Amino acid sequence: MNLTRRDVMALGAGGAALAMLPLPASAADQAAIDAAIQKFTGGAKPKTSGVKLTAPEIAENGNTVPVEVEADGATEILVIAPNNPLPEVFKASFGPLSGGSSASTRIRLAGTQDLTAIAKMKDGSFAMAKRTVKVTIGGCGG
Amino acid sequence: MKDIRPRVKVPATVKAGEAFTVKTLINHPMVSGFGKDKKTGKTIPREIINHFSCDFEGQNVIAMELDPAISANPYIQFQAKVDKSGTMTFTWKDDDGSVYTKTAPVKVG
Repeated sequence: MNLTRRDVMALGAGGAALAMLPLPASAADQAAIDAAIQKFTGGAKPKTSGVKLTAPEIAENGNTVPVEVEADGATEILVIAPNNPLPEVFKASFGPLSGGSSASTRIRLAGTQDLTAIAKMKDGSFAMAKRTVKVTIGGCGG
Repeated sequence: MKDIRPRVKVPATVKAGEAFTVKTLINHPMVSGFGKDKKTGKTIPREIINHFSCDFEGQNVIAMELDPAISANPYIQFQAKVDKSGTMTFTWKDDDGSVYTKTAPVKVG
């Protein structure tokens, strides 16, 4: 194969374009995240305390990241991973026999991001917690 | 046909009105719908468990809406409290319309 200078330039440009593809939270994604939060809170501004979000600081494998959310007096908790192809992770609703508003599960994270949990309290207010999780290998298909 | 076997772990005996931990696990691939078939390049269609709930004698303990971001073989742990002995019912709903259930006795003592 004979590479001319022009070919090399074209390859380089293509490579650069590819490298830019997995941009974290582009404008459209941000709109999707805002919409998801808006749908849950109805526009109310969440407090920054009252929710405990437990996740590892560094997740080696984005395919299974253990997370736990806990919010005393919450009726619903929504967990959002802003940089995932689909930001919603899960929504837990606590019934009358719930022994404490907490839930833990294992989730997929596409990359390093600020995991967000929003809790809806009994009095109708909202609380939010964020936690940065560094992901070494992403876990959303591919 | 998928071989789905849900598993739950509830303490043998619990104290009335005191919170206890319930652990559940179900084997399911949770195909996210974002993956591609390496040979054909086509997107593999989504197939996940989209809803989980736990009830005790007709009263709800927890209900969860799950999205593709939940890992394969979903593991869910939560707290429950009961006042009397009875049966706990666990329900998982699949995208394909299947419903998997499992029951566990809870003894207050």
